[in-house]
Amino acid sequence: METEIVKLTIPVSHRDHIQGKDTAPLTLVEYGDYECPYCGQAYPIIKQVQKHFGPKLRFVFRNFPVSQIHPHAQHAAETAECAATQNKFWEMHNYLYEHQQALDDKHLEKYASELGLDLTRFKNDMSMHVHAARVREDFLSGVRSGVNGTPTFYIDNIRYNGSWDLETLGNIWVHY
Amino acid sequence: MSETASKHQQQEHQQQSAVLKPGTSAPDFTLHSKPGESVSLSQFRGRPTILAFYPADFSPVCGDQMTLYNEVLPEFEKFNAQLIGISVDGVWSHLAFSKDRKLRFPILSDFEPKGEVARNYGVYRKQDGMTERALFVIDKDGIIRWSYVSPIGTNPGAEGILNALESNAGPREHG
Repeated sequence: METEIVKLTIPVSHRDHIQGKDTAPLTLVEYGDYECPYCGQAYPIIKQVQKHFGPKLRFVFRNFPVSQIHPHAQHAAETAECAATQNKFWEMHNYLYEHQQALDDKHLEKYASELGLDLTRFKNDMSMHVHAARVREDFLSGVRSGVNGTPTFYIDNIRYNGSWDLETLGNIWVHY
Repeated sequence: MSETASKHQQQEHQQQSAVLKPGTSAPDFTLHSKPGESVSLSQFRGRPTILAFYPADFSPVCGDQMTLYNEVLPEFEKFNAQLIGISVDGVWSHLAFSKDRKLRFPILSDFEPKGEVARNYGVYRKQDGMTERALFVIDKDGIIRWSYVSPIGTNPGAEGILNALESNAGPREHG
């Protein structure tokens, strides 16, 4: 769409939430917001893309909550990060996108319980906003990498400006 | 693709129009921010100011751009910088747009005479009757330190502004 090449400023590392092997030849990074309807639309598409590419694809998710228009996005992101500290990031990630219509604090706690998180720790982390700094770090890394809305995708560290429907994303292999 | 062709035309058009360049003194203006309320550029003298001209309230890309800046606001504030959005929309449209997106910075109406401020900055699109999607970072003494015109349909993001504030607007103020 545009000729300008925009790059990911913070490379994928051990701090990230990663599905797939480090040796995978293709890396897809998403900056997303749990309450964003477009991210919700992209969620099942990403699943299909992962299925399509199998072990060739590594998928990374970073937080980009747009809090002023999505009032529950920040806490939802903190919930996912809290789950990460209990080794359940992707379970929570999926759960949040599958329950996108109900992301208020009461529901977030319910999801934590349903996924078997240590609830005492969860409640403490949430009330102290233990994971807020991590979420902001993700957000700012996105701002410095040219994220201009959600979802924004990067393929092998280059911002992907094309359409993210299954057909187009399924064909990215040809272009990259 | 015709889209690509039109992008080229756009770029040519940008080169032809006289977008105010770094080093230029920023022309002062007074515009309505709300019904019955005005804002002047000169009132922000002493601190960096970011002018974000955008084509229209409620168009999808603009929404994203202003929404994004709204989220990045605390980062601008670390430089003590004031962000101002400007379009040719009237105050009532601005009021609705600002409320809808919960904007925490002023958006001004370059409404009468239409586009006059944008013209003074070299970012008015006469053929469309709206402003370019243009950014200016002005230092505390009122001098333009950075300007950028984005393709009209592309949200330029906030990175360029932050880079300009870092490199031009003086030492970062904490607090």
